[in-house]
Amino acid sequence: MTERILDHPVLGALEPDQTVTFTFNGMTYEGRDGEPIAAALLAAGVRTLRHHEESGTPRGIYCNIGHCFECRVEVDGQQGVRACLTPVREGMVINGGGPLPAPVRDWRKNHA
Amino acid sequence: MRDLIIIGSGPAGLTAAITAAEHGLDILVIDEYLKPGGRLLGQLYEEPGGNWWNGIEESRKLSERAGALGLDIRLGVSVHNIEQENGSWLVYTDRETFEAKSLLLATGAAEAPVAIPGWTLPGVMSVGAAQVMTNVHRVKPGQKGVIIGVNVLSSAIAMELHIAGIEVAAIALPKNNRVNGSAAIPTEVMNALLHVSHMAPSAFVKMGSKLMKNEFMKKMGITFYPKNGVRMWDIPVMLRKAVIRIEGTDQVEGVTLATVTADGKVISGTEEVIGCDFVCIAGGLYPLAELAALTGCPFYHIDELGGSVPLHSEDMRTPLDGLYVAGNITGIEGAKVAMSQGKTAALSIAKDLGKDIAEASLSEAIRQISSTRSDAHIQFHQDVEVGRRKLQEYWEQHATGKRNILV
Repeated sequence: MTERILDHPVLGALEPDQTVTFTFNGMTYEGRDGEPIAAALLAAGVRTLRHHEESGTPRGIYCNIGHCFECRVEVDGQQGVRACLTPVREGMVINGGGPLPAPVRDWRKNHA
Repeated sequence: MRDLIIIGSGPAGLTAAITAAEHGLDILVIDEYLKPGGRLLGQLYEEPGGNWWNGIEESRKLSERAGALGLDIRLGVSVHNIEQENGSWLVYTDRETFEAKSLLLATGAAEAPVAIPGWTLPGVMSVGAAQVMTNVHRVKPGQKGVIIGVNVLSSAIAMELHIAGIEVAAIALPKNNRVNGSAAIPTEVMNALLHVSHMAPSAFVKMGSKLMKNEFMKKMGITFYPKNGVRMWDIPVMLRKAVIRIEGTDQVEGVTLATVTADGKVISGTEEVIGCDFVCIAGGLYPLAELAALTGCPFYHIDELGGSVPLHSEDMRTPLDGLYVAGNITGIEGAKVAMSQGKTAALSIAKDLGKDIAEASLSEAIRQISSTRSDAHIQFHQDVEVGRRKLQEYWEQHATGKRNILV
């Protein structure tokens, strides 16, 4: 479980912000309006953002600044959105992706 | 048509934008991130003399100055292509295509990964990711972490995590394999660290200054380096232990450490597991230069600058008309150097666009880059000056036609 850093000895107190409600994989969460989706989810203890398209293994943030695309999720129907760069907004519907069908490979497994 | 598009709103891009605006240029700044400031945002360290370098505050100052000048800064915009056509630059983004007479690339740096089994588990992140979560978004990356990779960046961020009340159980080396190179060899890491020992608090400095004396002492130093590490800000820095595996099923549960020989070989039977809920990978920074590659600008690989950098002169011009670079895209250095490079680039651009820029103010700006470099508190590469000289030689060879530019 992670948590927010409310008081910081050098940076001071965390400034109050508007709270927004959003869903991730059908569950409802709260975040600070405009913070990255990845930060809102991590603050709620959610580390796994998606499962790998091929292997199905769990993935979370890696670089946190948009370079690596490990945090890609579906936001309001749009795929491949980076959770680390995208501000969370009221009512957002976010889904982590899972393994994609691989019909040719599946066929080969049983036939080739 | 606009005079200038700047890609990147970090210390280099913002300083360039401010300087260029002060000289009357019409500018657009683009950045992919949701806040201006770039890598500067996460930075937090105490400078000699007791002042804190607070990246959030520095970013705010730059943004406020930019705001006062009425600068057009578009955040959350990703660039995916660049073309030069009929003497102007076309910048293709996920929103629209922008056009300008000149283009400044200030895209900064990216973090190199370190290959360790288990590194795809949720909870494993780059050390910069933990820094941004902690200082910028104020969310703990976890309760207790292990940092893999002992270098300037990881030591600085370990300290930042410590200040924020996050436990760092250890900073250790990565496993020695065909990928990880010298970052996994205790003697090599020790040598690199001794050059930055002025940054570390007492215990490490005292040890470091003794060990600097000669090769024999260095060898003795690593041989007798305490197996459980030397404590820096209460965090054990382990130069004789390496993380050989990250443990966990659905997310990080711990790491397996093993004692290694002075040349990085794992001593079997020494494996131990440390529990933790996050792991930071610190492979160091390299210049993020893909956009420069799209333009056809020639590149040189210079180790002392952190990787491959686009060819440029000390006044931040590239061999391509109307293309300029500033900040970490030119080599890995601190934010203050990036700012002075941004200012220099803006003066060169204004001059090339026909503004009245005195040769003296441009050469003064170039001189300031060097003096900022020599005064830098954090030096990522000990031989950065050597790297800069190498690049300058390449530039002169191009200028005198000794090397052909293939565009």
